[in-house]
Amino acid sequence: MTATAPLDTTDSGVDNTPKKQRKRRSAMALSGRDRTVFVLMIAIPTFLHVMLVWVPALASIFFSFTDWKGIRLSDINFVGFLNYEQIFTVFEKDFWQAVINNLALLIFLFLGPTLFGMLLAYLLDKNLKGSRIYQSMFYTPVVLSLAVVGFIWQSVVYSTENGLATSLFGSGDPVNWLGNQGFMIAFSENYGISKNFVAILVAIAWRHTGYIMVLYLAGMKSVDQSLRESAAIDGCNEWQAFRHVLFPTLKPINVVVAVITVIEALRAFDIIYVLNTPRRTQVLSILTTNNLLGEGGGNVGRGSAYAVLLFLLCIGFVIWYVTNHYRESEI
Amino acid sequence: MDELQLPKSPSPSQVGFSVGRRSVLKTTALAAGVVAIPGLLAACGSDSATDAGAGSDAGGAAAEPATGEVTLGSNYSNEVPQAGLQAAVDALPNEDVTVKINEVDHNTFQENISTYLQNPDDVIPWFAGYRMRFFAAQDLLGDVSSVWPALDGELGDGFKTASTGDDGKQYFVPWNYYAWGVHYRKSVFADNGWEVPTTFDEMKTLAGEMEAAGITPFALGNDGFWPAMGTFDQLNFRINGYQFHVDLMAGKESWEDDKVKEVFSTWAELLPMTMADPNGRTWEEAAAALVSGEAGMMVIGTFVGQQFPAEELDDVDFFPFPEINAEHGIDVVEAPIDGWMMAKSPKNEAAALELIGFFGTAAAQDAYLAEDPSAVAPSSKANSAAYNELQAKTFKMVSEAKFVTQFLDRDTSPEFASNVAGPRLADFIADPTKVDSILSDMQEQAAVILGG
Amino acid sequence: MTAANVVGAKGKKLTPQRVLLHLFLITFAILWLVPLIGAFFSSFRPFSETVRDGYFSIPDSFTLENYRNAWDQGDIPGRYWNTALILVPALALTLFFSSMVAFAASRFSWKFNVSFLVLFTAGNLLPQQIIIQPLFQMYNRIPLPEFLSNSGKLNGSVWGLILIHVAFQSGFCTFVLSNYMKLLPKELNEAAVVDGASVWVQYSKIIMPLTRPALAALATLEFTWIYNDFFWAVVLEQQGADRPITSSLANLGGEFFTDDNLIAAASVYVAIPTLAVYFALQKHFIAGLTLGASKG
Repeated sequence: MTATAPLDTTDSGVDNTPKKQRKRRSAMALSGRDRTVFVLMIAIPTFLHVMLVWVPALASIFFSFTDWKGIRLSDINFVGFLNYEQIFTVFEKDFWQAVINNLALLIFLFLGPTLFGMLLAYLLDKNLKGSRIYQSMFYTPVVLSLAVVGFIWQSVVYSTENGLATSLFGSGDPVNWLGNQGFMIAFSENYGISKNFVAILVAIAWRHTGYIMVLYLAGMKSVDQSLRESAAIDGCNEWQAFRHVLFPTLKPINVVVAVITVIEALRAFDIIYVLNTPRRTQVLSILTTNNLLGEGGGNVGRGSAYAVLLFLLCIGFVIWYVTNHYRESEI
Repeated sequence: MDELQLPKSPSPSQVGFSVGRRSVLKTTALAAGVVAIPGLLAACGSDSATDAGAGSDAGGAAAEPATGEVTLGSNYSNEVPQAGLQAAVDALPNEDVTVKINEVDHNTFQENISTYLQNPDDVIPWFAGYRMRFFAAQDLLGDVSSVWPALDGELGDGFKTASTGDDGKQYFVPWNYYAWGVHYRKSVFADNGWEVPTTFDEMKTLAGEMEAAGITPFALGNDGFWPAMGTFDQLNFRINGYQFHVDLMAGKESWEDDKVKEVFSTWAELLPMTMADPNGRTWEEAAAALVSGEAGMMVIGTFVGQQFPAEELDDVDFFPFPEINAEHGIDVVEAPIDGWMMAKSPKNEAAALELIGFFGTAAAQDAYLAEDPSAVAPSSKANSAAYNELQAKTFKMVSEAKFVTQFLDRDTSPEFASNVAGPRLADFIADPTKVDSILSDMQEQAAVILGG
Repeated sequence: MTAANVVGAKGKKLTPQRVLLHLFLITFAILWLVPLIGAFFSSFRPFSETVRDGYFSIPDSFTLENYRNAWDQGDIPGRYWNTALILVPALALTLFFSSMVAFAASRFSWKFNVSFLVLFTAGNLLPQQIIIQPLFQMYNRIPLPEFLSNSGKLNGSVWGLILIHVAFQSGFCTFVLSNYMKLLPKELNEAAVVDGASVWVQYSKIIMPLTRPALAALATLEFTWIYNDFFWAVVLEQQGADRPITSSLANLGGEFFTDDNLIAAASVYVAIPTLAVYFALQKHFIAGLTLGASKG
C-alpha cells in the first residue's frame, strides 16, 4: 500500500502513456531515436538487475514449496508448506536460536557501535587537530576484507593459547573464546546467548563502529556550525546542546543508520561465518547457507524455505524504508 | 527421490565375513571387511559385487592411447599431500597427457561439493561409500567401470564394492586409506611405566594415572565437528557392534534407543578426562598437546603423524580403541578410503579414464606415499616394504579386522551428518547433561532427513 | 567548510578538556589498531617463535620468509590478476548502468520512475542467500563458447561474476546517483532541449560531467565492496586457480597444518589494495558513504 503511494502522486489521473508532459523537470515528449535511447538506458540495466536479482529471489520462493535436490529440474515435486512446517516443528531449535542471535545482534549494534560511533563522530567534529588521523584509524577495519578480519580475530585476538584477549584477560590460562557455547545469558535450557557469540559481537563492533562514525560525521559536518555556537552562548551545557540542538538535526542520518543497522543485523553473514568455527552459533544467514549450499545442502527445498524466512524478515523493512525515502524526496 | 531411498537391510552375504582370513591375502581380508559397508549402501538390493563388472567393456577406453589435457581437482591444500599428488601425476606413463591440477582448499571444496559437481574437473577427489553413491545416484558422476578390469588384480573385491554405485557400475577408484585409533607417545608411556590398555576399564584406569601425573588423558579438538564423530563411532561400534552402526546411520535404529544412550553415558565418563572446551579447538591444536606431552592419548586418524616433527615420528604409536563389550571385542576398524571419481561428461574422457585407472595402481600410490607416509595404499601390489612402523601397523590392523567402517559422515546422508550429527555431538560434549533433549532432537531430525 | 574547520582547529588553544579528549581518542584509536598491528607484526616472524612466545612478545628475528612463501604458495600475483579481471569491468559497468538508470529516473518524469528506483534500491538490500541457489542453477544452464569460458558455461566464468556484481551493486549506485542528480538544476536539461541536444548528449555531455564527484565516491566504495566479496566467487567459480584473491587465504589454511604467520603475510597482501585505495582516495571514500547516507 505504501509502495504505490508515491507513484500515484506523480501521475494521478493522467492517461498512462509515459509521453505526457509533466509538471517539474523535463518530460517524456521524446520521439524517434531519443525515445529508443531512453528506453534502452533503462531497459538494459533493469533487465540485468531483474534477471539476476529479482527472478532468482522469486525462484527461491518457488523452490521453498518443493523437495528439489538441486540437480535435475525434472525432479521437482511440490510439497506445499512441508518445508516450513519442518523448520518450525523439527528444526525449530536451530531456527529460534538463530532468530534470537539476530535480535541480540540488532540490539547490540544499537547499543554498542551505534552509540559509540555517534560519540566518536561528535568528538571528532570538534575541530580537533589530527581528526583525520583518528578517523582513519577507526575506519580502517571497515575496508578490510572479511577474510583478513576473520584471520585477525581468530588468530591474533582470540587464539586460545596465545591470543591478545587471552594475554589480557586470561590471567595466565588459555581461554577458548570462540568455542565456548555455554550461555552467557540463558533464556531457557535451550535458548540463550552463548559466550562465543558475545566474542563474535566484539569483533563485529570493531568493524561496524567506524562505519557508523563516518555516517554521523558526515551528517554533523552539514549542520551549521553557528547553531552549536549559539547553543553554547545560550548557556546550554554540552549534553543539552547535543540533545536539543544537534541531535534533532541528525534525523535523516538517524534514519539511515537505523536502516543500515536493521538490515545488517538481519543479513549479517561474513564475520560470523569466518569466526563461527564450530558452526553452531547460528544466525539466519548462516543457517540458510549451510542448508542451501553446504555439503549437507542436498535439500534445496528446505534451504530455500530458510532463505525465504530471512527474506520476509528483511523485505518488509526494506520496502517501508525505500518507499518512504522516495516519497519524501519526490513530493 | 526414489534414487535416494534408503537401503534395505544388508544381506548376510554382504555383512558377513564370507572370505576366510586364513586362506587369502591380507588385503583381501580387508576387502571382505569393506564389503560390509556397502551393505548399508547397496540400495537397489542387487548383489553389487557380482554384477559390477558386467557392463564394462573390458578396458576399452584405456586401450586407446589418450592425448591432450585432463583437469584434476585437488582438495589438498598443504604442501605434503600436494607434493605427493604431483609425484603421482608425474609418474603417469603416458607422456601425451598433460594434467592440469585445480587446487581448492579442503573445507571450501567440501562445503561446495554439490555445486562443484555440477561444473567439475574431469577427475574429482572424493570419498568411498555412501557419499560417493549419493552423487552417483544423482547422475553427477561418470562411469569408470572400464578401468576396473585392469585393477582387479590389485584392488580387492571389498574396494571394488566400496567403489560401486547403486546401479552396479563403478564410479570410484581407491587411492589411499588410513585408520582411526588411540594415538600416544611411546616415550611418555615408557617413562611412566604405562601399558597399552586392552579394555575400556584399563583405559580409564590409565587415564586416572595420567591425571595423577599431571597429564591430560585425552586430547580433543572438535573444530569442524568430525573429531567428535570419530569418537562417537569408536564408542558406538565397540558397545553395539558393526551392524548397529550401519543401521543407526541408515535411520533404521533410533537415536533414542537405550543402546545409543549407553554410548553417550560411556562417553560422558571420558569427558572429564578430556581437554576442556574442545569445540573451539582445531584438531591440530589438540595434537600439539599430544606432541608436547601435555596430553597422553588422542582418538584420531593415523594422519595425526603429520603433526609430529619428522625426527619424532618413531615415537608415535597407536592402539585400537579398547574392548568395551566382549560380544564385539575389537572386531571393527574405522578406515575411511579416499579416491577419485570422474565427471559425468569430462572434457577429455579418454585421458580422464587413463588417469583414474593409473591412480588405482601401485605405481601411482607408491609415488604418493613416498611423499606422504601417513596413509596406506589400497593396491595389494604397493610396496609395503617401504612402510614405516605406523603404516605397517595400520595395514595390519585393517587387514585383520572383521568389519571396516568408513566414517560417520561417510556412512550416512551428508545432510544428516553435517547439519544434525555434527552440531548435536558438539552440543553434547559442551554439556553432557543435555543428552536426552539432544537425542530426541537427533531422532526427530534423522526421521525427517533419512526418511525413516 | 572543510577549510574553515582546519583554520578553526589551528586557532583553538589546548585546554585541559582538549587534552583529555585527545587522550580518550588516542586510547581508543590504539585499541582499534592493536589487532591489526599484531597481525602485521607476526607476518615478519617465524611461526615457531610466535607459538612459543605469543603474538605480543619481543621478537628474536625478523624475516621476509613468510611474504616470499605466501607469494608463491598462495599464488598472489595470479590472484591479483583474477581479481582485476572481475573488478575492473564490474566496477565500470556498475557505474555506467546505474548512472543511466539514475539519469532517466531523476531527470525525467515518467509513470514508473519511482517504482524503478524502489526496485533497484530494494534489490541491493536483499540477503544474498535468497539469490544464490537459483542464480547458480541459471548460470549452470547458460552455455558460453569455449573461448569465453573454460567451463563452457556462464557458471565458472568471470562473466558470471562480473554480471552478478553489476546487477547487485547497481542497486546501491542507482540510489546514490539519483539522489545526486536530482539536485542538479533542472534548467540544465531545459537549456539542452532548447539547443536540440539528444537524450544521449544530455546524459553524457551535461549530466555525467557534473556527477563526477559522486561517481568518484562510488568508485572508491564499490572498489572495496567488490574486491572484498567472497560469497559469489566461492559458489559461482569452481576453479580454485580462477578465484579472486580474497579466497586465497583459505587455500593457505591447509587441511593438515596451518602456519598463522604465513596467513598473516597473505592477509597483508590481500589488504594492501583496499588500504591503498582508501588512503589515496580517503576524501572520496567518506564522501561516498555520506552520499549514500544523507538524503540528497
